[in-house]
Amino acid sequence: MVRLEKRPSPSKTWTYLTPIVAVVATMIAGGLMFAALGKDPVEAIRIIFWDPLFHEQFASFSRPQLLVKAAPLILIAIGLSLGFRAGIWNIGAEGQYIMGAIVGAGIGLAFYPLDSFLVFPLMVISGAIGGFLWAMIPGLLRVYFRTNEILVSLLLVYVAEFILASMSLGLLRNPEGAGFPGSRNLKSYPAGHNAELIAGTGMHWGVVAAFIAVIFAYILLARHMLGFQIKLAGQAPRAARFGGVNPDRLILFCLGISGALAGLAGLFEVSGPSGQISIDFNVGYGFTAIIVAFLGRLHPIGILLAGLLMALTYIGGELASLMLGIPAAAIQAFQGMLLFFLLAVDVLTNYRIRFGKAEVA
Amino acid sequence: MLRRTLLATAAAASMALTGAAMADGHEKTKACFVYVGPIGDGGWTYQHHQGALAVQEEFGDKVEIAYQESVPEGADAERVLTQMALSGCNIIFTTSFGYMDATNAVAAKFPDIKFEHATGYKREHPNVSTYDARFYEGRAVVGHIAGRMTKTNKIGYIASFPIPEVIQGINSYFHHAKKANPDVELVVTWVYTWFDPAKEADAARAMIDQGVDVITAHTDSTAPLAEAAKEGGKVIGFGQASDMAGFMTNDDGTPGPRVASIIDNWNPYYIKRVKAVMDGTWEQGASWAGMPEGEVVIGEMTDVIPADVQAEVNEMIAAITAGTYHPFTGPINKQDGSAWLADGEVADDGTLAGMKFYIEGITGDIPQ
Repeated sequence: MVRLEKRPSPSKTWTYLTPIVAVVATMIAGGLMFAALGKDPVEAIRIIFWDPLFHEQFASFSRPQLLVKAAPLILIAIGLSLGFRAGIWNIGAEGQYIMGAIVGAGIGLAFYPLDSFLVFPLMVISGAIGGFLWAMIPGLLRVYFRTNEILVSLLLVYVAEFILASMSLGLLRNPEGAGFPGSRNLKSYPAGHNAELIAGTGMHWGVVAAFIAVIFAYILLARHMLGFQIKLAGQAPRAARFGGVNPDRLILFCLGISGALAGLAGLFEVSGPSGQISIDFNVGYGFTAIIVAFLGRLHPIGILLAGLLMALTYIGGELASLMLGIPAAAIQAFQGMLLFFLLAVDVLTNYRIRFGKAEVA
Repeated sequence: MLRRTLLATAAAASMALTGAAMADGHEKTKACFVYVGPIGDGGWTYQHHQGALAVQEEFGDKVEIAYQESVPEGADAERVLTQMALSGCNIIFTTSFGYMDATNAVAAKFPDIKFEHATGYKREHPNVSTYDARFYEGRAVVGHIAGRMTKTNKIGYIASFPIPEVIQGINSYFHHAKKANPDVELVVTWVYTWFDPAKEADAARAMIDQGVDVITAHTDSTAPLAEAAKEGGKVIGFGQASDMAGFMTNDDGTPGPRVASIIDNWNPYYIKRVKAVMDGTWEQGASWAGMPEGEVVIGEMTDVIPADVQAEVNEMIAAITAGTYHPFTGPINKQDGSAWLADGEVADDGTLAGMKFYIEGITGDIPQ
């Protein structure tokens, strides 16, 4: 008989090993799925994990794209991880991402066609404020009325989507766009364009911000009192209260910082890779970032790697679907397996497998 | 600049390769397709994919087909298109309105690859063409059926986005329903998506609860018909973009909610354009074809529609196909009562392509 026995303390080895085991298990199970679809599994896995980095024809284009795709995921996941560690569940980063983009792009477009170097920094600040304020709604409701921040933040995503639709059709609609929905393209407004900093590298301000956020979060958690309070509140809420942690302030801080980072991600995306506010602007970064945060063990460096890995499965998945005709749904299932196996293997961090009968205590 | 040069070099290299290989007759022409939904949506994307398959069937092993499903309209589209271009596609069809800017941006970097953008209006580079179908011709036909068939005098339209193509559809549908039945009232529900079965079903349900008994959709899935099927024959609808023949009969053998359909038939256009690439005769264009060219087709009508109505419908189809009847023929007023088309006057393509107003009799506003 096989049974699970709780470890006295989580296994250090397994904490680091689980992501790797999960990726390998995903490759095997995903390979079986591709084989069942009649595709060569080895080739499919190679295209997903190898070709975006080293394929002679694509790699020069897709390698920089990894950064472009990973940056918003990392930026949002870093913010979420702080709250998740403290037991504060912001599930609505997608909405904060949208609001950051709307406010930031809106401020930028309000100055169109002013050509000043101040426009872009102003947009960045407005984007962060937009996300911050949107996250304050669940934050303040939780602090003053004890509402559940999971539900409120999640439902506000749908509200934000409707505001996005209204903005693309109304207030922010391109006056020279023949009545079609969507704002002016910021790519053709140099003062408000988040262009590549070094051409050909994919490196834009959002990527820089993501790296800064990683470093900032690392220092906060490792060295700062607030980081200690966050960890304490998550692991031992009662002890935290006796230790002088103000739970309400912590809630507002965690939701605020994750909202601001999600808002920044939205702003960098709308002013860079996407270029315009449109009805379909958001593509789920706010939700995928939740996977990234957990895949990265809620650790800043882990999140950096997890974001890059997730971006790799996106871009590799697109290549696989193009070259082998693998259905898009199979690629999504493949990405889902990653989280599934991660959570499954995670059991081994806290439990060990025992064979034989349970001993009588 | 570096990225652009890199891309250009890669593109030039791949073109040189294909070019050289094509000269000795061994290399295939590669036609690529970008879809906004899954090929199994049973509607819009399914129909484009049928076009891709028709190309394959027509040219056999002289062409190679590649496609990508469910590509979001935004930053991702540009990456997908670039990867397609790098993978050696000779012609790329981008089959949704939202790919417009991405198509033009990528076309600028790959001047030797032909791009065909569906339902858009931007042709910023000589290698970009646009193509569209006169869906409003089909809407006229189903509008007539709706007007004649409704018992509650309330008909519904599930609208995706307030862009001219959709507004043409709403106006055409209502105009012909009203001509057939002066008491008819139109309910429009905006869902802001092309493909989201859950939202489409919710919209259909909300309309049915308001007493609507004929539903047409401007979205891509079969969900509205599935919702109508729950009403045991009291609510009817139409196949949209594709025939959706599966809804002609219910599982228990009773007549299903789908009484007719508007089919987008992209096959002739796709075959023509791929052939032009193979022959080296491809030129930029803006195609807007309809019933006369066989691009808009009305699917088989079921016996739920009485014979006299079927006869009227067939007459209308024949007139539109022959070019003797234009669905937007005056007198038609705008919603505010001001004159739009005088008696016998026909709408010009420019006005239709930029249509931003409802015609008289429709209640509610176009979302702003």
